Amino acid sequence: MLEKKEKQFDAIIENLVCVNELIESCLTKIDCPIKVKMQIDIAVEEIFVNIVKYAYPTETGTVTVQIELSDEPLTVTIVFTDQGIPYNPLTREDPDVSLSAKDRQIGGLGIFITKKAVDEIFYEYKDRKNILTLKKVIE
Amino acid sequence: MTIEKQMDGNKLTMILSGRLDTTTAPELEKELKASLDGVTDLTWNFEKLEYISSAGLRILLSAQKVMNKQGSMNLIHVSDTLMEIFEITGFTEILTIES
Repeated sequence: MLEKKEKQFDAIIENLVCVNELIESCLTKIDCPIKVKMQIDIAVEEIFVNIVKYAYPTETGTVTVQIELSDEPLTVTIVFTDQGIPYNPLTREDPDVSLSAKDRQIGGLGIFITKKAVDEIFYEYKDRKNILTLKKVIE
Repeated sequence: MTIEKQMDGNKLTMILSGRLDTTTAPELEKELKASLDGVTDLTWNFEKLEYISSAGLRILLSAQKVMNKQGSMNLIHVSDTLMEIFEITGFTEILTIES
């Protein structure tokens, strides 16, 4: 394990910048290609924003973001943990990407893009917490 | 993100610089809503756009739906990285994109 950082944030949209900074502070330690960095940023944004929007309907809750770098192969693992309503975003149906503009729905893109942007994604609900893990191999 | 608008008759060009994400998308949405009346030709210049997430894609899809009724829309100077996002989401089939 090369590096590991963890921070707790209030689940508010203003903290997206701070979450990005946490990720950035870890990725600057390695030579991360721009394209890979963007894919990681997108996945992080989509997951964090979904937690902000949906996890805590009646109050402001918190989300813990943990980022870990490991090698052989060089991999970044990001874990989001929240205590909001139990929800597995991976059960969401993928949008039909073959539809025309007229028929395309506005929603459902976030988690779809996330799944494509990372190499592994898994979810568990444990100890009354939603735990979502993203893994991306950095070539 | 900075937004620059260039109007030439019924042709509108939107030049975006920086990041189009959840925090900057609302501002773009507001600008667009105020500008699309009477526009028959909408061009997005993405030369200086570094990043786009689903929040941005939603705005583009909405704009395309509007422009399909009142004219045409295209994207120019799209980077390879952004192009990949458009490809995996099927947006290359919906939008008219030049790299």
